[in-house]
Amino acid sequence: MATQAEHSSTNRRDFLYVATGAVGAVGAAAVVWPLINQLNPDASTLALASIEFDVGAIPEGQSVTITWRGLPVFVRHRTAAEIEEARAVPLADLKDPQTDEERVKEGHEQWLVMIANCTHLGCIPVGESGDFDGWFCPCHGSHYDSAGRIRRGPAPANLVVPPYEFVSDTLIQIG
Amino acid sequence: MIGAIDMFKTKFIIAAVAAMVGLTSVSAQAAEAGAPIERQNWSFAGIFGTYDENQLQRGFQVFREVCASCHGASLIAFRNLSEPGGPGFSEEQVKALAAEYEVEDPTAEGGRRPGIPADRWPSPFANDQEARDANGGSLPPDFSVLAKARGVTDPFPTWVFNYFTGYQEGGADYIHALLNGYHDEVPETAPEGFELAEGKYYNDYFPGHAIGMAPPLSDGLVTYEPGEDGVTVPETVEQYSTDVAAFMMWMAEPHLVSRKQTGFVVLLFLVLFAGLMYATKRKLWAGIEH
Amino acid sequence: MSEHSTYTPGNSVEKWLDDRLPVVRFAKEHLMDFPTPKNLNYWWTFGAILVMCLGIQIVTGIILAMHYTPNVAMAFDSVEHIRRDVNGGRIIQAVHAVGASMFFVALYIHMFRGLYYGSYKAPREIIWILGVLIFILTVATAFMGYILPWGQMSFWGATVISNIFSAIPVVGENIKQLVLGGFAVGNPTLNRFFSLHYLLPFVIAAIVGLHIWALHVPGNNNPIGVEVKESRDTVAFHPYYTMKDLFAMVVFMIPFAWFVFFAPDILGHPDNYIMANSQVTPAHIVPEWYLLPFYTILRAIDFNVLFIDSKLGGVIAMGGALVMLLILPWLDTSKVRSGTFRPMFKWFYWLFAINFVALTYLGAQPAEGIYTVLAKVCTAYYFIYFLVVLPVLSRIETPKPLPTSISESVLGKAHA
Repeated sequence: MATQAEHSSTNRRDFLYVATGAVGAVGAAAVVWPLINQLNPDASTLALASIEFDVGAIPEGQSVTITWRGLPVFVRHRTAAEIEEARAVPLADLKDPQTDEERVKEGHEQWLVMIANCTHLGCIPVGESGDFDGWFCPCHGSHYDSAGRIRRGPAPANLVVPPYEFVSDTLIQIG
Repeated sequence: MIGAIDMFKTKFIIAAVAAMVGLTSVSAQAAEAGAPIERQNWSFAGIFGTYDENQLQRGFQVFREVCASCHGASLIAFRNLSEPGGPGFSEEQVKALAAEYEVEDPTAEGGRRPGIPADRWPSPFANDQEARDANGGSLPPDFSVLAKARGVTDPFPTWVFNYFTGYQEGGADYIHALLNGYHDEVPETAPEGFELAEGKYYNDYFPGHAIGMAPPLSDGLVTYEPGEDGVTVPETVEQYSTDVAAFMMWMAEPHLVSRKQTGFVVLLFLVLFAGLMYATKRKLWAGIEH
Repeated sequence: MSEHSTYTPGNSVEKWLDDRLPVVRFAKEHLMDFPTPKNLNYWWTFGAILVMCLGIQIVTGIILAMHYTPNVAMAFDSVEHIRRDVNGGRIIQAVHAVGASMFFVALYIHMFRGLYYGSYKAPREIIWILGVLIFILTVATAFMGYILPWGQMSFWGATVISNIFSAIPVVGENIKQLVLGGFAVGNPTLNRFFSLHYLLPFVIAAIVGLHIWALHVPGNNNPIGVEVKESRDTVAFHPYYTMKDLFAMVVFMIPFAWFVFFAPDILGHPDNYIMANSQVTPAHIVPEWYLLPFYTILRAIDFNVLFIDSKLGGVIAMGGALVMLLILPWLDTSKVRSGTFRPMFKWFYWLFAINFVALTYLGAQPAEGIYTVLAKVCTAYYFIYFLVVLPVLSRIETPKPLPTSISESVLGKAHA
């Protein structure tokens, strides 16, 4: 291609042009990247991407709503009855089949941690209500059971369990 | 011949740019100090300058044990202390440190909770008025960018050289000088007829000499642990003030190290690219009388 | 330059487009094949450098606006947030701040090049006047941008400059309140300055378009000031001048990058790292360096003239300094454009350049003692140059013989 170019007479000249162009392209790319990367979450946002929360203070049968990455998160201390009820449900009855064990951490079955946005259109469901002793979303009538699984209504999926782990008996780290 | 003329023109342009830019420094003046302020040998000065982690850790200790009882640092988050280019504390150390402080959080029970690394450094006073009341009417300035909010007026031609050496450490020099500039009583070097107001202290370098802050440092006030490298430093006002000034410079310019590192790559690239461009331009114009 | 059209649509799609919106033809004629005098020196690269500067300011400015908060309580901290937390924010912010200074370096060089080579003379008066408008708008934009970090210099600079309006007789105080949106600089001021600071660069870009349009009617002036006579006097803009301009831009970026990465705060003022405080005035209020020459002229008038008091007089003098530039094409009536062939003009020109640097220097000095006298002398020469020297020289000066053409001139240089 280069040999056909009008101005080319020697390879050396071609090499110079190609080298200059290549270095220029590298420079342009190096300039463009930071201009895009500045759109990514900044350091102060990232510092809150992972939070710790002590669940020990929540009495049995109660839940609290905390904020994680700007989203409301339910942390519920379930009663033995709730756990039993959730585990008794046959998977075949579920719209989005998932066992109760898959939605909690082993050894900490009483703690249910879920992002509090209905999987339908994002409203916050009301706790301890609905037809399945779990949550009920007043916006469009989705019913969730005591493991936060969708049982009836327009929502397509179970309430989302965020990535979290127990760093001690009662301390969880979300994110 | 033509090349030589081009060269001359190019040099002329560079000289003109330098001259125009050089003028600007006249505006870089602050802190009308009585005595000239000596430049210190900062590890972070100059184009190769970087922060000394041990010094920043010591400076942080002085800040925390002495300064922080009156001065805030509202733009500093605990997490900054473990970020690259800073004092180099570990994340665990920072987490433990943050937990020692209580911060305000309207969503927490009782409005207060233990700090986490993402929290900002808590202010020692609820508001400016409370700070003034506790300090005889003087407001202890926030430390976050203080090292850049102070400066030294360099005489000609020093300020011209600053453009070429990139010396911007006047703020740290001033802080160091101020901390060492106290006198127990008004010295003979004071301006004629100077009278020290009640509750003020004489300082060589503070504008107007009457400063509301009592001498904050004294020899042996802070006990330094030997650094990670086992090096011990003297526990003197001179050393404390140097360390805390360095720490304040870091607070004001936390990305100094990475900024300079990027700068080297960028300048190297530009020089190389300019060379290639010049060769290309010459080749292109070779057949044209101009 | 349509008679020089060099574009022939290559295929049916190009032809289809060309019949409807001839952008390709436009680009080919004006950005590639435009005949450009072949003897332009490096002073002529500053136009392209300025386009680059405007582009840098707009791109970095749009990014900064994504992270900045125009509110008196939060503006200062939000700028620090950009420097500390935003990815690459320290560099982007420094490019914008240093970029303002570099913009003016290039702008002044571009203007002084025009002054030396007589680029304002017929038939290029409109190019020059548009250029002066761009300069004035750039000053306004830079001034409003300097308010946004909401430091002490921001606040007090805005206070001092907005008081210029109050010098206007009768309605001055009302105009000042209209501009500030209050009785003093405050939140409404900050908000409107942010809005205008965002808007004006696009207005500038539009006028730059007109500036280049007007340039492409007669074509470029050149160092000998003799118009292009034949095609061998010129070369195509691309690749010859695109390459030369790009080279100059890269060279210009070297000092630019030096300041950004190694001395980002040296062009600023320490006091602007103190948050705005309406109760405390800094010891010295100094505008940014690029405003200093005009600031000196403003301050130099410290005496009343008849019914005009010193304050109004200063404002008139500063405005007059800009008016001089606007009417310059009709003050210098010499038929010879280039200063190279005007032996007497040269001396006064360089004196004017030195005088301008002196005005800059004096603007940063305290208004006392010898400085006030020098400020008056330098201000006087600024006006004398335009109102006396140029008109008189036009009549009495005998220029050196001009080359008959650009080609003859460059051949003579090559054989010298």
